[in-house]
Amino acid sequence: MSGRKPGGEGTLTRREVLKGAAALGGLALCVRRSGTIALAGEAPVYGAAAFPGGVVDNPLVFVSIRPDDTVLVTVHRPEMGQGIRTSLALVVADELEAEWPRVRVTQAPADEARYGSQDTDGSRSMRHFFEPMRRVGAAARMMLAGAAAARWDVPVSEVIAERQQVLHRGTGRRLSYGDLALEAMRQPLPEPKQVRLKDPAQFRYIGKSSTRSADGADIVAGRAVYGTDTRLDGMLHAVVARPAVLGGKLVHYDAQAALAVPGVVRVVEIAAHPMPAQYYPLGGVAVLATNTWAAIKGREALKLQWDDGANGSYDSRRFEAILRSAVRQPAKVVRNQGDAMAALRKGGRRIEAEYYLPFLAHASMEPPAATARIVGGRCEVWAPVQAPQATRDLVTSLLGMKEPDVTVHVTLLGGAFGRKSLPDFAGEAALLSKAMQGRPVRVMWTREDDIRHDYYQAVSLERLEAVLGPDGMPLAWLHRSAAPTENATFEAGAEGEDQTEYGMGMINVPLRIPNVRLEIPNVPARTRIGWFRSVYNIAHGFAIQSFLDELAHAAGRDPRAYQLDLIGPPRRIDPRSLSDEWNYGESPVLYPLDTGRLRAVIERATLEARWGRPMAKGHGLGLAATYSFMSYAAAVIEVRVGAGGEIAIPRVDIAFDCGPQVNPDRIRAQLEGACIMGLTVAMRGEITFKEGRVQQSNFNDYPVLRMPEAPREIRVHLQPSSFAVPPGGVGEPGLPPIAPALCNAIFAATGRRLRRLPIGNPLSGPAAEGSST
Amino acid sequence: MQTELSVNGRPVKVEAAPDTPLLWVLRDELGLTGTKYGCGMGLCGACVVHVAGQPVRTCVTPVSAVAGKPITTVEGVERDRLGRTVQEAWLAMGVPQCGYCQAGQIMSAVALLRRSPHPTDADIDSAMAGNICRCGTYPRIRAAIHRAAGQLRGSP
Repeated sequence: MSGRKPGGEGTLTRREVLKGAAALGGLALCVRRSGTIALAGEAPVYGAAAFPGGVVDNPLVFVSIRPDDTVLVTVHRPEMGQGIRTSLALVVADELEAEWPRVRVTQAPADEARYGSQDTDGSRSMRHFFEPMRRVGAAARMMLAGAAAARWDVPVSEVIAERQQVLHRGTGRRLSYGDLALEAMRQPLPEPKQVRLKDPAQFRYIGKSSTRSADGADIVAGRAVYGTDTRLDGMLHAVVARPAVLGGKLVHYDAQAALAVPGVVRVVEIAAHPMPAQYYPLGGVAVLATNTWAAIKGREALKLQWDDGANGSYDSRRFEAILRSAVRQPAKVVRNQGDAMAALRKGGRRIEAEYYLPFLAHASMEPPAATARIVGGRCEVWAPVQAPQATRDLVTSLLGMKEPDVTVHVTLLGGAFGRKSLPDFAGEAALLSKAMQGRPVRVMWTREDDIRHDYYQAVSLERLEAVLGPDGMPLAWLHRSAAPTENATFEAGAEGEDQTEYGMGMINVPLRIPNVRLEIPNVPARTRIGWFRSVYNIAHGFAIQSFLDELAHAAGRDPRAYQLDLIGPPRRIDPRSLSDEWNYGESPVLYPLDTGRLRAVIERATLEARWGRPMAKGHGLGLAATYSFMSYAAAVIEVRVGAGGEIAIPRVDIAFDCGPQVNPDRIRAQLEGACIMGLTVAMRGEITFKEGRVQQSNFNDYPVLRMPEAPREIRVHLQPSSFAVPPGGVGEPGLPPIAPALCNAIFAATGRRLRRLPIGNPLSGPAAEGSST
Repeated sequence: MQTELSVNGRPVKVEAAPDTPLLWVLRDELGLTGTKYGCGMGLCGACVVHVAGQPVRTCVTPVSAVAGKPITTVEGVERDRLGRTVQEAWLAMGVPQCGYCQAGQIMSAVALLRRSPHPTDADIDSAMAGNICRCGTYPRIRAAIHRAAGQLRGSP
């Protein structure tokens, strides 16, 4: 990081690298250096303000009202299934006193200067934009009231705006919002201090789950438009043959047979960008055709010769041995209290274990796809992207244009889970349109392309060691986490997790243990590494929550009581006291780690699941609890393991505390979905590499959970909260407790300790996998 | 080659190589983009439509195999009460998250309810096992199918 510490969520890092590259090309670009970790003499900046674009809360940017009384709310954050188009719009509508059936949602194009931060990852949309969108709605309501008062020539204190009308109390006169729209726009913007927000007791939509989805009716009718669905006149369809090995180069290709396929129009080489990959296209050969099928057939007919380069020898089995060796040696210390090494040497009841998480592919149901056209020196892109502004920056850079000449329309995202934060596919569309003199081109990734050219969730090997005292409680805790860093995707040679990565559930564990030592070995990345829903929390949560279960059993204690004892009494911990200087980019004062809330979700989930009840043979309950993205989640999974190792999950109880709940039904949906995705991670997902190539290709060899395997019942218990509490994340925090809760349940049911994901269904292998205890 | 199709009650003529999967004819030639690509191998169910009332995976069905047979896509599902009831149940239960797979899910569910108006959980597992949802909406899909079945029977 050139001696500088990483910024919030890696976003600044990504953008800086890209902009830095552009600057080398002669463009003078300056990125505001802020972020969550203050440099010497710099005041720290937290939350949305730390991101490029920051916060915009101007009502004229987000609200427009038509004379026919339709209220248009612009949502600037991409929709990928989290329901944000509904949830942010209902926040505006509530403070605005708009009638939800008259609200229409429009999607903002990429423009952070106008809309504020649009980078939709890190479970941040509601955390960062709940209050600003309340201000947007409230300010717009004040302007409508002001317009009515001016028209009636009465003091504004005599009018009230509610239910999409303004009422003059004295005379009973009324005007609709539509009647006032034009005049309201000319009202002065209220001073920030004058903007009066509702008392939460007056909320009509916030916290109610009463609002229909902005997109539901279109989805069930097949009208919703995703990235794959863009259609433009004269559009060509493209598929791309990319290097199978990261960094591989095209030596030679023969397009003759491809061009002979009916419908194929052109074959175009896309230059490979030098490593690191960043979010540039991987390069390769594109086949452009009048329909997708012809493009696919044309690609099959290409004759391609590649030079695999240095990664052609990469083998994930051998890499596992490197990881295993790395966690068995001292490494960079990132948190140290007491003297864990001395306590471990001193002896006592010593427990050690290693946990393995493989590479994961996102496999969103909509694979990457994007459309571009260039008209009159201006490029328009339609793409399902989580990072609209980064997409715009990328296209601007690739085409050598200026930012105002590039428009990125954000379609619906057919799932994303972190993959679509990295818009290499949109860059391909832009380059291909340029190669076709601006003709519209839609690039379609096949499922094979998606599985083989993902930005993978990092493989990880976690080693934990503990010594138990006479009371069975740990005296010492050593944790080493070896995983490639996502930074390597942007910075050649970056090794080992950085503090935004070990800050995800490894360093910020509030257990009362006198001697704690956390270490990060340097291991290289030989593939594109990206973010997968909840990211490094997956591996850390799996290891730590499995290990606690192991310690409890070693101590002869109930795992629930043991974990509660280790957490200790309710208190608010400053994350800096845990050596966590990152805290997900949030203020340590506003967002301390509240052990009372962590305890409460454990107590709630176990209560609802009737923890401790007698279980039939082959049944077991497993518990895990994690804190991530400023939210607290505990899961109790009930498992039934058949004689042949078949796993069935009759029921899951999840207790969740994200602070205030803006759209409770969508929070429940996110928790249900995170549970099922977490079960795929636990039971199914694994990407392996051989000779530098991904060995999986489609849902046959990269299976994901299907209906019959899914839990028959997922019960989500939302913890009561208050709007005085700052909101936590929702999209990701439900995932980390799932794999350990399942494996702990299987241990309870069978006595088999599973330390290697995925565990498969049915279970296979020897009774105790991974290292011995 | 020209093929005559009947899609959502309307006759259409398309130019396509006979081995072209129906999926790409619907999406690229006819602009019916509600039917989705997910795998290209008949593994995920995102592309399910009805051909003569039967659920069919269009990504592995050559257009030549369906010439002249009545095809219903998600865009035409609201033409009968069963289809509308399923759509309404999907909305009432808040099934969709990203929504990309839901056209295929709905088409599979409608086909299930047409042949089995009182499906058990096992029936649902069996009928829906071919439809992947990466967002994890399975519990709500199950609930929505039961709800639709109840409404079609006239009970709440």
